[in-house]
Amino acid sequence: MRSQLALLASVALLCGAARSAAPPMPQDATEGTFVIGSKTFTESRLLGEIVAQLVTARTDLAVEHRSGLGGTLICWEALLAGEIDLYPEYTGTAWAVVLQEPGAVSDPLRAFLRVQSESRRRFDAEWLAPFGFQNSYALALREDHAEALGVATISELARVSADLRAGFSVEYLNREDGWPGLRDAYGLAFTSVRGLEHALAYEALGAGELDVIDAYTTDAKLRRFGLRTLRDDRGFYPPYHAAPVLRGETLRERPELRPLFAELAYAIDEEAMIAMNHAVEVQDRGFEEVAREFLVEAELLSAAEIADAAPTRDARQVDWLRLLGEHLYLTFVAVLLAALIAIPLGVWITRHAAAERLALGLFSAVQTVPSLALLAFLIAVPGLGLSPRSAILALTLYAVLPILRNTFTGLSTVAPEVLDAAKGLGLTERQVLMRIQLPLAARTILAGVRTATVISIGVATLAAFIGAGGLGEPIVTGLYLNDVRLILSGAIPAALLALVADKGLALVERRLTPRGLR
Amino acid sequence: MIRLEQVSVSFQAPGGAPVRAVHEVSLEVARGETLCLLGASGCGKTTTLRLVNRLRSPSAGRVLVDGADVAAADPIALRRSMGYVIQAGGLFPHLTVRENVGLLCELEGWDAARTRARVDELLELVSLAPREFAERYPSELSGGQRQRVGVARALALDPPILLLDEPFGALDPITRRELQHEFTQLTRRIEKTILLVSHDLTEAFRLADRVALMDAGQIVQLGTRAELESAPATPYVTRFLEGFVDA
Repeated sequence: MRSQLALLASVALLCGAARSAAPPMPQDATEGTFVIGSKTFTESRLLGEIVAQLVTARTDLAVEHRSGLGGTLICWEALLAGEIDLYPEYTGTAWAVVLQEPGAVSDPLRAFLRVQSESRRRFDAEWLAPFGFQNSYALALREDHAEALGVATISELARVSADLRAGFSVEYLNREDGWPGLRDAYGLAFTSVRGLEHALAYEALGAGELDVIDAYTTDAKLRRFGLRTLRDDRGFYPPYHAAPVLRGETLRERPELRPLFAELAYAIDEEAMIAMNHAVEVQDRGFEEVAREFLVEAELLSAAEIADAAPTRDARQVDWLRLLGEHLYLTFVAVLLAALIAIPLGVWITRHAAAERLALGLFSAVQTVPSLALLAFLIAVPGLGLSPRSAILALTLYAVLPILRNTFTGLSTVAPEVLDAAKGLGLTERQVLMRIQLPLAARTILAGVRTATVISIGVATLAAFIGAGGLGEPIVTGLYLNDVRLILSGAIPAALLALVADKGLALVERRLTPRGLR
Repeated sequence: MIRLEQVSVSFQAPGGAPVRAVHEVSLEVARGETLCLLGASGCGKTTTLRLVNRLRSPSAGRVLVDGADVAAADPIALRRSMGYVIQAGGLFPHLTVRENVGLLCELEGWDAARTRARVDELLELVSLAPREFAERYPSELSGGQRQRVGVARALALDPPILLLDEPFGALDPITRRELQHEFTQLTRRIEKTILLVSHDLTEAFRLADRVALMDAGQIVQLGTRAELESAPATPYVTRFLEGFVDA
């Protein structure tokens, strides 16, 4: 959803080197296992958990819940590639991101039907009946303030807006379906409008620094801070109905899933969703527990059926050693592969000027591909999918350039008279390379490996977005749960690891440099 | 014995016009003789030298070593049969003096003890005490010492031919003088066929039996010092001998 970008930006900052990520263990989608995906934020994960428990208890299917997949594109590609069978999505998001169509239909049912038919026709993806709530943009005020002003709708707010100060998230400020459109639709004219980080907007509102902020309608913080959301009485916002999206193939193979999901249709209203988000984010309760409680209360499951459900790992539990191990594994394999590609390639392009431009250009271009886009692309490749292989390949592709560039530079900056002497004395081309050029370039090549390693340690936090593990897991989970301790439990080891790797490799570099070159 | 027959080297300059670096050069260096290619920079003397060990190929003419056309020879074997010394030594900076001098022996498959003995012998020959210098790196040597190591390295496989390109060009006058003196002593002992490149008239006459004065890719005059001085072939020779050509 919208917060994905903000999330990415924050994580990038946290991780210093690059981009980032969250949750559970990999392994390939096993044949016959019903795999449920969900995005990184609380609500998506809760919906995934509800579906997982329901399907586990009511069918004989083996169920796996891959929570914390990094955003719409990753989930959608994973669904189309058959890596997951289902994930919860929002109609408005699908309209904009997946179908990539301009404009929107404001009527919720028409929007849903349109997204449903287009997904079916173009992607063989099936939208089942909505869960029953919308998670849309909204404007929010403190309840007491709204009461005093006597506003319940945005139209009413427009009448008193000249005396109010607004603070919106930066993305909302600039989206056509955000502030600019809303302002024109309602004729809003606040005293001041400033852009600020969404998480901070609640605090500012509570402190009386702001009067109006943008919010998500099912956000648990609305309740926590005692806020009133105003009704979009002119229907400006596109509908953001949440619904399960399945692979068409899965539904054809398992027709019994249809009636099961029919029981979930309209089972979760906005109040219930807010309450569940609140339970996890504010009351620090586990996803699994909150989901189970809902299923029992909604009489979708009996206590007996619940007993069969497989326990899920608590997202707050940080298995530090496992994460560090996964992180080291991802980084090590990726840098090793990158070196195996980049060093021979670097040798080769030193002799072929045309290949040099092509190879350096190609890997520079790879470097500019946003990590999430690269991952979304890779998980659609047969044989890669939602496995650590995709993460390793992505890391490898990013790690090639620094090693390649340094290999090329190291080899081509060997003094010409040294090469002339070597050749003139009767060394073969291979001997010149192995005995003279490579040893002389070793220090520069190693510096490239060092750069690649440090970058990879930063980027590897992103592996969590496709469930490949690593220290990114607690970072993203923590961001959504508003849990600084959790964020730091991933970010600090990642930073330390980068530092240790940097210093360690610098030492190796020194040790491997002959005295004559120091 | 080295023999050049009507050798020319021309290449296409980046601008497009063909450049004649060497034009119809013929010469012969007899066994045990030292011949110096003398001339101002850009006259084609280094290019001529590099034809002998096939670092360059002639566009026309033939280069013969002991009667055989080098174009037909294996370049690696050819080069290992000729020592090669360049300005400032061209030592391998990541290798010690011992490793620099012994590299070719090692590549030829000599055992460690034989290589070691040969390196010690060569270092003694160029007046560097092995115990003091063998384990040093090039960066830990003076310019003169580096040049001596360069000569020792070129002699490693005891090649019958030596090619030297401005071997003492980067040294201060006193060191240069000293090395030139030692070099003449050395060549008297080791009996090599030597082709030398220099821009320095004094050096050429001091080290070489005969001198080939080159200008614009051609040999202007080839002969002994006495021949050049008593019968200069052209006014250019006279001017060069009188030091009026800025080398």
